[in-house]
Amino acid sequence: MATALENRIAPSVRNAAAVIQVENVRHSYGNRIALNGVSFEVFAGEIFALLGPNGSGKTTLFRILSTLMLPTWGRATVAGFDPATAPDEVRRRIGVVFQSPSVDIKLSAAENLWHQGHLYGLHGATLNDRIQQMLERVRLGDRANDRVETFSGGMRRRVELAKGLMHHPSVLLLDEPTTGLDPGARRDLWQYLQELRSREQVTIIVTTHLMEEAERCDRLAIMNAGQVVALGTPAQLRSQIGGDVIMLETNQPEELARRIQHKFRVAVTVMDTHVRMERREGHRFVTDLVEEFPGEIQSISVSKPTLEDVFIDRTGHRFWTEPAEASEQEEKR
Amino acid sequence: MAQAAVTPRFAIERAGPLLPAFTLWWREVVRFYRQPARVAGVILSPLLFWIVIGAGFGSSLQRGATGTGSFLNYFFPGALIMIVLFTSIFTMMSVIEDRNEGFLLSVMVAPVHRSGIVLGKVLGGTTLSTIQGLAFLIFAPMIGIRLGLDQLLLVALITFLTAFALTALGFAIAWRMESAQGFHAIINLFLIPLWLLSGALFPVHGAHGWLQVLMRINPLTYGMDALLLTMFPTTTPATLLPLWPSIAILAFFAAAVFIAGFMMANRRSTVPAA
Repeated sequence: MATALENRIAPSVRNAAAVIQVENVRHSYGNRIALNGVSFEVFAGEIFALLGPNGSGKTTLFRILSTLMLPTWGRATVAGFDPATAPDEVRRRIGVVFQSPSVDIKLSAAENLWHQGHLYGLHGATLNDRIQQMLERVRLGDRANDRVETFSGGMRRRVELAKGLMHHPSVLLLDEPTTGLDPGARRDLWQYLQELRSREQVTIIVTTHLMEEAERCDRLAIMNAGQVVALGTPAQLRSQIGGDVIMLETNQPEELARRIQHKFRVAVTVMDTHVRMERREGHRFVTDLVEEFPGEIQSISVSKPTLEDVFIDRTGHRFWTEPAEASEQEEKR
Repeated sequence: MAQAAVTPRFAIERAGPLLPAFTLWWREVVRFYRQPARVAGVILSPLLFWIVIGAGFGSSLQRGATGTGSFLNYFFPGALIMIVLFTSIFTMMSVIEDRNEGFLLSVMVAPVHRSGIVLGKVLGGTTLSTIQGLAFLIFAPMIGIRLGLDQLLLVALITFLTAFALTALGFAIAWRMESAQGFHAIINLFLIPLWLLSGALFPVHGAHGWLQVLMRINPLTYGMDALLLTMFPTTTPATLLPLWPSIAILAFFAAAVFIAGFMMANRRSTVPAA
């Protein structure tokens, strides 16, 4: 059994500790390209985020990694197996928490876990112990026999997480896990994920559109329009920005941008009524700018770079585009 | 480290399809009985239907034309089939609900053979509609239908097979369906005629040319015939085939629809599975 399994493990995984490998994965729904050549690796025991706005392709990638869909091109391995060719091997090793709730609210918390355990071949005393253990761990031990319909959003999410962890997966995939949670519940969830990683070395991959969440991860891939535009630790990515971020508001952004570029030889980006640039010693540069273009600047700000700045730096537009604009882009693609 | 990530941490024996099928079946049944409105609706509406239509038509149809005495008698198995049809098909609306929530996704990412998933869902619906169908037999003595034990067992078998076939059909229809509205449209377009042309309302022999052809190829006709033959053994109603060949056709139909449902659920493609 063991050797048969080993033969099916991708050779590249035998030595490296990459638990998830994505190699040039492309995917299209009809004419619409959702993933356009995505590659990255996730290492054992990491918390890895896929950060991107809606429509950036992270959910598509999530579906491919969780064996729900075949990619139209390219290859992925999860825990050493290709979800396209060995889905059951992948399924035994991954726990998945979907964005849309999968708990049955007509069942109690314990019944939900009982059901989930059966799907993974757990039964009898092993299963009962495991249910007890998981409910204690997500602090729902005293609510085991209450129907989930009586639970708050945060508690439901915890049942969801317990469901995904029933079979001791070595990889946990979470799709926008904090959707609809209040800040307190959100913090709890992240604390738990970090505990889980350090105590059990579970590799965690999480999709999110929230910068604060991506900041909590060990590494992240920033996605835009079906591509990975940045990859690294949050600190690494921020440090790639050349110094401070300067944003100024003006009536004629195009015109001012051209003149700033000409005068100071700095890369500028125009975003609506704002002109954005990166520069070391930003506070000094602000003085120069204001002196050079008196009366043309309505407001100006200097800030330390954030992940959003990394996104803007790589894509030339804001993370949040207007819904109408976004759907228009969707159609064009 | 790499090794730890590759072997499953929990010693999971490769579970056969039966445990997952059992748990999905259990969930379907529990979920149904925890929604009292659903239970009430399914029991009461066919009863009303049977009483109103059966009584209305009964006086305008000649006694003896159906070979079963009054029309109310003839319509009894038809009403039973209708109860089974509605319960079976409507239970599979849960496939659409399960998809709209994340429940179906969580089942699809489990290492479960897809036949276990289909079997569990279909048996769940089958159980509910068989129970509803058989509960209807309580009214049988009121119109003078008295069934012995062997007849009861036969009726149970036929009801189960009919329920299984229709639930599997409901599953196959619901599998790719995104909204409950679409599902309703299919029911009106396809399933109501399936029932009307099963001999539930009027016997095959009385029907006109093309209608009779449709009735002959309708698998539900043989379920209806089997019920007639079992419930009215002495009056020998005019049916297409004798009892056991009718049951065989019904069983074959049930198996065929189940396999179709399984193949749909088992298909992996570049569009989302659920």
